[in-house]
Amino acid sequence: MAYGVAAGHDEHAHHPTGWRRWVNSTNHKDIGTMYIVLALIAALIGGIMSWMIRGELAQPGVTFIDNYQFYNVLVTAHGFIMVFFVVMPALIGGFGNWFVPLMIGAPDMAFPRMNNISLWLTTAGFVLLLIAAFVGAGPGTGWTVYPPLSSATFHPDAAVDFAILSLHVAGAGSILGAINFITTILNMRAPGMTLHRMPLFVWSILVTAFLLLLALPVLAGGLTMLLTDRNFGTTFFEVAGGGDPVLWQHLFWFFGHPEVYIIVLPAFGIISQIVSTFSRKPVFGYLGMAYAMVAIGFVGFIVWAHHMYTTGLGVDTRAYFTLATLIIAVPTGIKIFSWLATMWGGSIELKAPMLYAIGFIFLFVVGGVTGVALANAGIDFAMHDTYYVVAHFHYVMAIAAIFAMFGGYLYWIGKMSGKQYNEPLAKAQFWVFFVGVNVLFFPQHFLGLAGMPRRIPDYPDAFVGWNMVSSVGALITMIGTLMFFYLIWHTFRYGKTAEANPWGEGATTLEWTVPSPAPFHTHEQLPVIGPTGQPRAGSGAVSPAE
Amino acid sequence: MVTKRIIIGTLIGAVVAGLAAAGTAVAGEPQPWQMNLMPAQSPVMERVHEFHNLLLVIQVGIVLLVLGLLGYIIFRFNAKRNPVPSRTSHNTLLEVIWTAVPVVILVIIAIPGLRLLYFHDRAHEYDFTVKVTGHQWYWSYTYPDHGDFTFTSIMVPDDELQEGQPRLLAVDNPVVVPVGTNVQILVVSDDVIHAWAVPSLGVKVDATPGRVNERWLHVHEEGTYYGMCSELCGINHAFMPIQLEAVSPEAFEAWVEETREEWASRQNAPGVRVAAGDGGADVR
Repeated sequence: MAYGVAAGHDEHAHHPTGWRRWVNSTNHKDIGTMYIVLALIAALIGGIMSWMIRGELAQPGVTFIDNYQFYNVLVTAHGFIMVFFVVMPALIGGFGNWFVPLMIGAPDMAFPRMNNISLWLTTAGFVLLLIAAFVGAGPGTGWTVYPPLSSATFHPDAAVDFAILSLHVAGAGSILGAINFITTILNMRAPGMTLHRMPLFVWSILVTAFLLLLALPVLAGGLTMLLTDRNFGTTFFEVAGGGDPVLWQHLFWFFGHPEVYIIVLPAFGIISQIVSTFSRKPVFGYLGMAYAMVAIGFVGFIVWAHHMYTTGLGVDTRAYFTLATLIIAVPTGIKIFSWLATMWGGSIELKAPMLYAIGFIFLFVVGGVTGVALANAGIDFAMHDTYYVVAHFHYVMAIAAIFAMFGGYLYWIGKMSGKQYNEPLAKAQFWVFFVGVNVLFFPQHFLGLAGMPRRIPDYPDAFVGWNMVSSVGALITMIGTLMFFYLIWHTFRYGKTAEANPWGEGATTLEWTVPSPAPFHTHEQLPVIGPTGQPRAGSGAVSPAE
Repeated sequence: MVTKRIIIGTLIGAVVAGLAAAGTAVAGEPQPWQMNLMPAQSPVMERVHEFHNLLLVIQVGIVLLVLGLLGYIIFRFNAKRNPVPSRTSHNTLLEVIWTAVPVVILVIIAIPGLRLLYFHDRAHEYDFTVKVTGHQWYWSYTYPDHGDFTFTSIMVPDDELQEGQPRLLAVDNPVVVPVGTNVQILVVSDDVIHAWAVPSLGVKVDATPGRVNERWLHVHEEGTYYGMCSELCGINHAFMPIQLEAVSPEAFEAWVEETREEWASRQNAPGVRVAAGDGGADVR
């Protein structure tokens, strides 16, 4: 009742202004905004790299990159940037920071200053990675950084060291962020907001934070060993000193496989919120949805060697990893069917975020079924290190995560900025982008089956046709991406004022009970959550209508 | 309506023709617009094809099921047609079904998958051994059972290609095996990790320094089979192809004699010849 007034007052009174507001920020919303800005900048840089790659591959021979080390650097940096500095900052740092406290009825994150250092460590990591590309010949190792290619013998300048430091720093930021999320979610839920009443997006961030906390230290250990191999004469991965390059692959993928779930779990959470909102129905099988994510997170830690089927693992080991990997299809199937069941019987409005959610489901299923093939060690070697794998992981985690990012952005932009996006423009943008990514990545299945290896700047002439189609798809995707940036500008310039809840009765989570844009401080008086998951009348977060 | 039907018919025809073209190609060389795996020329690859055909049916089935459901849901339950949403959020039977049915499908996949894995792992008896060594950026082959001779196999640069040699796939000295024999392949590396692959024969295995990986080959028909290095190994990763010639046992014996003499006279293997298009960067 008086909340809106008080909040309006707060907004002007109690926060620093100018650069101090942002650089020294301890506010989860401002930090979330800065994470999203970081992700947008990084996405543009990583995207330009991918268009350069597709440009080079549009026709055989040298198209415009005649320095193949530079090509390898592009491939490497594109992977690093998109994983560590686009998807993770956007989904976890950006939407996680913004909406986890809002959704659980907490005034802010548990450790606001640590939140600040997480952001700036991630930013520093990004800067170090960009520097790496300009040091010497650049890191041309692929994002997997396999030694001996990444050793001092084969990458003698400091480029790989900069890349290692970049991941160290960004990883430290992510670990601190994970601790912050776990503490916030476990300790700062509003009265009545039990674990089993939390929105699924909060569940997804909770599981993701545990994965980060358990996986990133393993990466950090491996990176440190690589760093000392390169600079201080240790031989963890050097055969000449009794080390083993395959040890690196085990360490890397023990982190690397959970990492793909770190990317896709928050996307699951966002899709669940969107699907429920625009179907005007509660999520179907809520507990199954939450514990499917827990199961995916757990199993994600015991399947890492399915990335290593051709390294010479014993046949029984490969049999184990085949079976363990196939099991992941069960909880992911539960997610897909529960989304469909949520929509079933609903009153569906095909607003742009919902289009992105449906697009996500389609992409995730296509990427999922190729994953079932790749899980089998008996057939994986036919596709391993070919474009089939490139198509698979772009469908299942890369483009799927981008769809969740775009969908989440459109879903929440009114809450974050107070301005609503333009619906016809957003729908047009969706269709261009959706057609683009499918024309871009679907033909890569064919290239991979025919045996075209990954990470090559030139290819035999038989692969011309589908590569050209794929590059045309990249062009369409580029237009779609530019349209998205235009949409952002358009929203801020011409966007209509957003209501507190622009989506109607389907939007039931707590962030829609505070005004738009969300005031600087929210939930100062804690809402009390009733058995339906809704705040009790008269408790902290009253709807602006009252 | 009629024109629409003709267009669809033409499209289907084109796809079928494309698949057929890919299916009937004899050589172990990728074909333009190829959409499926390389034609099988070895027992392993035949089983890979069988298994992939099973997978393809399941994959397409699942995608079509989800697409169909999505289409029906969007049509039937949109806000205009169904203004009042149901409040159903549980159905235990349904949830049990969509957990159990995928488990059954996975078992159907896992059984042939594991059989293929164990079949592909090793053969019971070998006729002889070829040792493959990866280098930046060429392969060398050693025949320990035929006098232990070694030769190098380097990509033919674009400007030296002969008539009929495919660009980026042809090499100066192909590796040669006789048809109808079980060949043990031992793969090692001299520097960084490479991967030795011949798709139409169902072989891909990493060449890692410090360890010897084993696979086996059995080629049905005489012919030329191509592959490419399949692990990022530096600047010229794209330019160290594999060319394998399968010949009759008699021709193989003759080739062994000739090659052994030719390479025995060269005391030292030639230095690394940098393949075409060296990037010129400061990295080995």
